[in-house]
Amino acid sequence: MTVAGLQALLSHWRRNPWQLFTLIAGLAMATALWSGVQAINAEARASYDRAAQTIGQGQFAQIVRSDGAPLSQVQYVTLRRAGWLVSPLVEGKIDIRGDRFLLTGIEPLTLPDNVDATGALEASDLTGFIAPTGMIIAHPSDASAVEKLGTVVREDASQVPGALTADIGFAQQLLRTAGITRLLVLPDQPIDQPGLASIDPSLTLRRAQSQADVARLTESFHLNLTAFGLLSFAVGIFIVYGAVGLAFEQRRPVFRTLRTLGLPLASLMTMLVLELALFALLAGAIGVALGYLFAAVLLPDVAATLRGLYDAEVTGSLTLRPSWWLSGIAMAFGGTAAAASGAFWRLNRLPLLASTKPRAWAAEAQRTNVRMAGVAAVLGLTAVLIMFFGSGLLAGFALLACFLIAAALALPFALDLMLRMGAGLARQAVPQWFWADTRQQLPGLSMALMALLLAMAANIGVSTMVSSFRLTFVGWLDQRFVAELYVRARTPQEASALTDYLADRIDAALPIISVDARIGGLPAEVFGIRDHATYRDNWKLLYAVPGAWDRLAEGEGVLVNEQLFRRQDLSVGDQLGQDTVLGVYGDYGNPAGQVVMGMAEFRNRYPDAVALRFGLRTGNSEAGELAAELMREFDLSPEAVIDQARIKAVSLQVFERTFLVTAALNILTLSVAGFAILISLLTLATMRLPQMAPVWALGMTRARLARLELVRAVCLAAFTGLVALPLGLGLAWVLLAIVNVQAFGWRLPMYLFPLDYLRLGALTLVAAFLAALWPAGRLARIPPDQLLRVFSNER
Amino acid sequence: MNVRSVLLALLLLPADVAAQGFAGLASTAEGYAIPQPGTVLSFPADHAPHPEFRIEWWYLTANLSDSEGTEYGLQWTLFRSTLRPGEEEGWNSPQLWMGHAAVTTPDTHYVAERLARGGIGQAGVTAEPFEAWIDDWRLAGPGDWSELTLAASGPSFAYDMVLSTDDPLVLHGVGGYSVKSAEGQASHYYSQPFLEISGKLTLPDSQVEVSGHAWIDREWSSQPLTDEQEGWDWFSLTFESGPRLMGYQMRQSDGSTYSTATWIEPDGAATTYPDGAFSALPVEQTEVSGVTLPTTWKVQLLDRGVDVTVSALNRQAWMATSIPYWEGPVIVSGSHSGRGYLEMTGYSAD
Repeated sequence: MTVAGLQALLSHWRRNPWQLFTLIAGLAMATALWSGVQAINAEARASYDRAAQTIGQGQFAQIVRSDGAPLSQVQYVTLRRAGWLVSPLVEGKIDIRGDRFLLTGIEPLTLPDNVDATGALEASDLTGFIAPTGMIIAHPSDASAVEKLGTVVREDASQVPGALTADIGFAQQLLRTAGITRLLVLPDQPIDQPGLASIDPSLTLRRAQSQADVARLTESFHLNLTAFGLLSFAVGIFIVYGAVGLAFEQRRPVFRTLRTLGLPLASLMTMLVLELALFALLAGAIGVALGYLFAAVLLPDVAATLRGLYDAEVTGSLTLRPSWWLSGIAMAFGGTAAAASGAFWRLNRLPLLASTKPRAWAAEAQRTNVRMAGVAAVLGLTAVLIMFFGSGLLAGFALLACFLIAAALALPFALDLMLRMGAGLARQAVPQWFWADTRQQLPGLSMALMALLLAMAANIGVSTMVSSFRLTFVGWLDQRFVAELYVRARTPQEASALTDYLADRIDAALPIISVDARIGGLPAEVFGIRDHATYRDNWKLLYAVPGAWDRLAEGEGVLVNEQLFRRQDLSVGDQLGQDTVLGVYGDYGNPAGQVVMGMAEFRNRYPDAVALRFGLRTGNSEAGELAAELMREFDLSPEAVIDQARIKAVSLQVFERTFLVTAALNILTLSVAGFAILISLLTLATMRLPQMAPVWALGMTRARLARLELVRAVCLAAFTGLVALPLGLGLAWVLLAIVNVQAFGWRLPMYLFPLDYLRLGALTLVAAFLAALWPAGRLARIPPDQLLRVFSNER
Repeated sequence: MNVRSVLLALLLLPADVAAQGFAGLASTAEGYAIPQPGTVLSFPADHAPHPEFRIEWWYLTANLSDSEGTEYGLQWTLFRSTLRPGEEEGWNSPQLWMGHAAVTTPDTHYVAERLARGGIGQAGVTAEPFEAWIDDWRLAGPGDWSELTLAASGPSFAYDMVLSTDDPLVLHGVGGYSVKSAEGQASHYYSQPFLEISGKLTLPDSQVEVSGHAWIDREWSSQPLTDEQEGWDWFSLTFESGPRLMGYQMRQSDGSTYSTATWIEPDGAATTYPDGAFSALPVEQTEVSGVTLPTTWKVQLLDRGVDVTVSALNRQAWMATSIPYWEGPVIVSGSHSGRGYLEMTGYSAD
């Protein structure tokens, strides 16, 4: 009996391969998007840890020169001979036939034990590594480029792409310097060590940066990705829900037959659970594999984003981690269980000889609609409560989740309402039938439409957020980069020679001078600025006390960037340490806090800081000519003299990369929703023959029926779009006003982009049309005898 | 993989210790200078490094006691080894330096290690005035070693000492040419075993004024061990009656030993004994850091009537450094009584 029962159940999938495909594909896609995002997150986090280990950044205290210049070898040896256990690092950029790399020179004998900077070296390489002929450790993707240098290259997948490691002696040769960038201070120092100041007063000890800094700064970004992953998963699960529901509905006669033949309900349920578990396992495996591919494709963009936004280095290559294999498969099982629970519940309550009439199902669905609308109302209320009383990024996402799910659940109810209104307006038989039949079909399509709603709303919301951000950002770039030229000197001597040279040639050389500090436990920068019209006229303060610029020049307080302002929960006029907050300026694309003070006050507090960078107000002279002149006079590289246009272009590029991943996920989600519609229509098409046959018998041609099918799909998509627009705008508002503030520390004005929404709407209609085209085409060509056979069958 | 440990392992400690001898000393000496009999050592010039040779050391040990009679041991060692013969400037230098410092009390053994590249001034040795240093560790004084200062520090100990002597250097073997095996492996080897030492020991919770006597060994070679030699047991003993005895045995893979000894009269007159005259037999074994090795020995040089028991002041004097070995102060009793130092290398963990 069991075998026969199982055969009977499984035969359904043989007869309906499309449904099986839907089920597996939906589940696999859901799992793929989820596990792909997880893979990216895991890889990024592993990279932070590794980066922290590789260069000892953060893990160890460091010694640098107070004036920012490189240390000399003599200073290093003097420190060692005074009992300071330090290890030298030299860092710099090198060009290898047009490719730029960050080269770090290490001294392996003094390097702290737990710094794994040279993982790929074989024992036999080690003498080669410190030999004068040199050896370079590079990420495999960089190896071929680095080999052009003509040195031995060792590939190491744990190396950050674009970063090279070599022995300090060889690195100094390549970088053409005899200096040392910084010294790592080993954790175990001798018992009777003298103070640093008594050995070399020109040096500063920087405490070890908490290793968690990068993780904390990027946490919000990963949370964003995770939220997107979950959204995609939810969209996929809607597909599975639809497929499982349909499969159960269609197999009702089979269930009934099996039950009347004596198969116990428990056995039937067990078989169905086994069946679904098998599918979940299969789809989960496919999904994880797809997720891996998906992550591998997206990871370089994520890496670029993280580098641009947070200065966090992420390896561009992916490692298979058992944890996300497992989490992917678990998600597949969980998703299947969630999607099938309703079907099982109904099956459990199904009377032995229940009616199998579809209209009964539809009537049941209507009751479900009302129930779902009720849940939606509760969720909506929760969202409102969260909005007023919640705080933090998680609350922001919870708000989004409630908001979106509520809208999705309310959709069938809303659509039903619209269709009823449509039916009310219809006077003729065919339109009346059209509206009624669409309502009849709604239960079967509602899951796909919910998926579409979510995808469209996400699309509208996210694109509104990104575009609003972009507008704000571009405006801010114009305010922020006013100087025509930005020039960087190599040494303090060169800097003063530069300013002397420029003194009577241009309007002003505004020093860009800063020191690193920690404010509220996180890294921050303190800048000193000269009182100059450049700042007063162009920097728009978001909030300010009256006369903020004058008071700043007088040293009566400081300006802070918006990130710091929000993170510290400040108000204008508050005290920040010993300073009064005079105003707040926008500072996008920078994770760290900033404090700006008047130059006199800055000099007073940080007498050792030296300005090496300057913004030049060229006045009447031509910027391009001046740049060329400076490069010639001071032998500066093109990198050291950058004009305003280039600096803006670079900043904008960073910005564009930031949202590359978001855009990619957005498109993927929308495609999944389109697929959901196609699948739902395909499965419905076979089921709907009993409803089509009588209309055909009454004289409507198959071609006209097919056309009406197309119109129906487009109508439903259009109605869904109408609901999606306000939902998407609401989503954008939450993202801009709540999530962004929490995640990045800035609040942005919201702009509307009606043309974009129209384009998206059109795109959706086209997608719905295309999705309906195939089932409609099949309907148009269906052999009449199949339609006739409907009347001879039970249904 | 940690570059440092592997680099050192490669340079000093080939993978198969049993087959290749302790600390890579049995490796071939291609391109390196080889100790030659008849080489006349001259001082202070030979206090300086010999970069053409593969390995070299400046080795100081001292037996100390404080005013209450508590005994201590002190070690200060600077090793030089090189990837290629010769010296070059800056980071290109093939010379690698390693310092070991230790203080042994009856119940604790403090160890620290330092590593440095040659060529940049972080470590090195000069002959006149004499200075041997790595980081802040330093042994320095005039080239005749009549007055020396000594300092080293670790995370939980430090010492600051002055040393003095009026006695001459002692050359081992024939004019400082010391044969290490029947096949003729040899090193240049001389000592200053007559140093008086006093100064301050800094321990985690105390500082103690101590005094005693110290012994400096200088040795360089390119291949002091044969392939069959697994390690050595080395003794430097200072008898209360005045003479000193330096003796060691090379342990060979077939279970036999090759021994050498130098008997040093209080006036510095030295007699070198060939293989077999000196013997050291384990009396008591101790497990130290997973390695079982003898910490009490029966030592004999019957030609001089020496038949003594040598036992460790602290049996756990394990040097947990990149290349681990046992080194610590010993107490001598029997036909002669005195103090001394014992070094045991090449004992493996099984």
